[in-house]
Amino acid sequence: MLRLILRRVALSVPLLLVVTAVTFVLQSLIPGDPARSLLGPSATPEQYEALRQALHLDQPVLVQYRDYLLGVLHGDLGRSIFTGEDVAGTLAVRLPVSLSLIIGGTVLALLVGVALGVMSATRGRALARFVDVFSLVGGALPNFWVGLVLAAIFAVALGVLPATGYVPFEFSPALWAQSLVLPVIALSLSGIATIAKVVRDGVQGAMAQDFMRTLRAAGVPRRVLIWKHALRNSSVSLVTVVGVIFVASLSGTILVENVFVLPGIGSLAVTATARQDIPVIQGIALAFTIVTIVVNLLVDISYALLNPKVRVS
Amino acid sequence: MSSSPTPRRRPRSASLTANPVATVALVVVALVAIAVALAPVLSPYGSNEQDLAHIFEGPSAAHWLGTDSLGRDVLSRLLWGGQPTLLGVLAAVVAFVVAGVVLGVLAGTIGGWVDALVSAVADILMSLPGVVLILAILAIFNQDLAPAMIALGLLGSGSLVRVVRAAVLAVRSELFVSAAIVSGLRPGRIMARHILPTVVSPVIIQASLFAGAALAVQSGLGFLSLGVHPPEPTWGGMVGEAAANLAKAPWLLTVSGGIITLVSLGFALIGDGLRDADAARRRGGEVAAPRTVAAPAAPAAATAAAADAASPGATGAVLEVRDLVIAFGGRPPREVVRGVSFEVRAGEVLGLVGESGSGKTVTTLAALGLLPPGAAVTSGRIVLAGADVTGADDAAFRGIRGRRVGLISQEPMVALDPLFTVGSQLGDVLRHATDLDRRQRRARALELLAQVHLPEPAAVLRKYPHELSGGMAQRVAIALALAGDPELLVADEPTTALDVTVQAGILDLLRELQAARGLAVLFVTHDLAVVADICDRVVVMENGEIVESGSVDELFARPREAYTRELLASTPNLVSTT
Repeated sequence: MLRLILRRVALSVPLLLVVTAVTFVLQSLIPGDPARSLLGPSATPEQYEALRQALHLDQPVLVQYRDYLLGVLHGDLGRSIFTGEDVAGTLAVRLPVSLSLIIGGTVLALLVGVALGVMSATRGRALARFVDVFSLVGGALPNFWVGLVLAAIFAVALGVLPATGYVPFEFSPALWAQSLVLPVIALSLSGIATIAKVVRDGVQGAMAQDFMRTLRAAGVPRRVLIWKHALRNSSVSLVTVVGVIFVASLSGTILVENVFVLPGIGSLAVTATARQDIPVIQGIALAFTIVTIVVNLLVDISYALLNPKVRVS
Repeated sequence: MSSSPTPRRRPRSASLTANPVATVALVVVALVAIAVALAPVLSPYGSNEQDLAHIFEGPSAAHWLGTDSLGRDVLSRLLWGGQPTLLGVLAAVVAFVVAGVVLGVLAGTIGGWVDALVSAVADILMSLPGVVLILAILAIFNQDLAPAMIALGLLGSGSLVRVVRAAVLAVRSELFVSAAIVSGLRPGRIMARHILPTVVSPVIIQASLFAGAALAVQSGLGFLSLGVHPPEPTWGGMVGEAAANLAKAPWLLTVSGGIITLVSLGFALIGDGLRDADAARRRGGEVAAPRTVAAPAAPAAATAAAADAASPGATGAVLEVRDLVIAFGGRPPREVVRGVSFEVRAGEVLGLVGESGSGKTVTTLAALGLLPPGAAVTSGRIVLAGADVTGADDAAFRGIRGRRVGLISQEPMVALDPLFTVGSQLGDVLRHATDLDRRQRRARALELLAQVHLPEPAAVLRKYPHELSGGMAQRVAIALALAGDPELLVADEPTTALDVTVQAGILDLLRELQAARGLAVLFVTHDLAVVADICDRVVVMENGEIVESGSVDELFARPREAYTRELLASTPNLVSTT
């Protein structure tokens, strides 16, 4: 178990180096630089040189990279080329929005997916068929499109939920929840489909095990066999897929936040990309990588916790 | 090894045609791709040809899919917009396949530090948040789509690297490749002739599934107006345009989202279909066994029979089986038990003897309502502890299983849930098979473990099944079966999987418990020595029918049937044990 964690942590160092290095390496490979595209063709050479100095682009790439890494170690992710705002500070302000969305989407996917999966494993073929189709279609529907359809129905046609905007939790928990309902559903759809299928297969597999016969014959009711023993025996694959879904939600939130105009990290990422605001997008990539590393670490630790053979030794 | 170098090629196409859904998906995706490629020929209008007199029109003869906010023909924009979209997907898939195959084959064939390095790279690739990096690359390359989609392919290739590596390792260990290496074929030739063909199938499957993901990302970028600039159409961009006019023309959202979903669904179905076909071939190429489930036990017959019996269990038997017929589903249904009748009286030990396949286990499972899916009682009657349980469901068995009858099965090591402690499982059973409260249940659990002669019962309660030996696990299983103090114990080959020395201990325990509790036991076995040792009466089954029955002494002294004589003869040490 300790070895497992150490391997993950050891792998995360090159991972973070790769993620941070990619942008520096690529920038040095291609002609032109952010200063040129920021200023446009009408800028004077003096303006250009001044901006290059301000952005430290006049330094060798390795020096730039070293300075960036040193900054990162002190929590300094640089400043936005465009607004001059501190990247770390901006991320900290926007993180709660994205996390609300991602955690909400993962929890919803877990609840609905498990319920759907268990029912389709135990309630006959029609529902199993439905889950098959649902997981295919749910996986194929683009989440931004689902978000738009939801907005068209519940915000535009029925007017029961807001189509866009975000209300901070501190301001009003009720409005906060309302503003998240549609985005969370849009984000969770493919996760629901995936989890339903994994749980269905897991529960079916577990129910076919010999020990289920032992417990059934000894009078343990089916409901306990399903919700306790079958689910527990599917827990490893369930945890794996929840981790995958959480990480996928990091990507999904980029689109969903744009559909619902939520001021999270995802919409910041799009703005930064459109403006070529490299420090911002780099900060986001770093933040998402760290979240991914932490999630994968938690998944690995829970493997060990879920397996009695590992836990004892 | 007689297998030809490329034994896997032909069955793939054959199995794809055997999967109509995947075939249809392939045709649909191909048609869309061809139409998009022929956009300059096929599209009735230019991609940006405006007609402000005809905006937001529905489908018509002039505009098959209607027009958008600027009166542009939607069909034409779909066809033109498919080009950057599908080209982006293609670039990503090509990068995915090249990186995955090259790295996977390198890792699989060279091994050593190369393998370790490639595996680490694959691990890293798989733990990167892909889409954000794509955005970063888009930003650096000033919104150029090609490098972004190639990067997407590279970032996604971690999973393919693993699949290819595993496939290469598998084929390397096969005999014909070793033979080729020994016979001095050049590595390049071995690669081309033997290794590459075997990775083709997993690569196509993975590529097809990845194409769906790439399409999602590509259309997402289009939706965000990244990579391709409006007014140039992309499928995702058209969703964005539709979103801006959601209230005026919801139709536009259907068309643009529909084409993305259709193609993405197509990729998924092709991948799934190929994977199923591949899995079927691995199982030996046979078509999946028919899974038709026989109609659950004819309830009409059962209730009629129940009505006939004035009072079930009037014979004083704990278990009474009459004219039992059990069939497995399929066309035609296969009868595995035909007209079996016997009863187990209170306090007696009845041996149910026969070779494997004689139907003895299925018969006992039917008595407990535990037939596997696909098998069903088609006629006859089972009365257990005074209740007619013929074809009964779980609800009807409530109060019977655990409290009136217990089961011990053959393999103690798989009879317990590996993820729960002995105490937890015993607690579960006691909660439902007794009316004891929490504290009493713990005392009873300790008492039960002591009764099956497990040393240190308190320590055993805390143990997981993998910490028990086979003999200990079987003793725990016996404790589970007896937890609800049943009057009948069904023991299905309870000693077969155990060492000989352990067998004797378990038999002693069963004999002791039987005597102490006055248990009735249905003892299923193929071992006549065990029968002679423990049973009062014997029923002999062959091919789903009872061929002979009687008291143990009688049967052993004067076996009437040839089959029984054969069984007796095949147990040479019987005389000494009797």
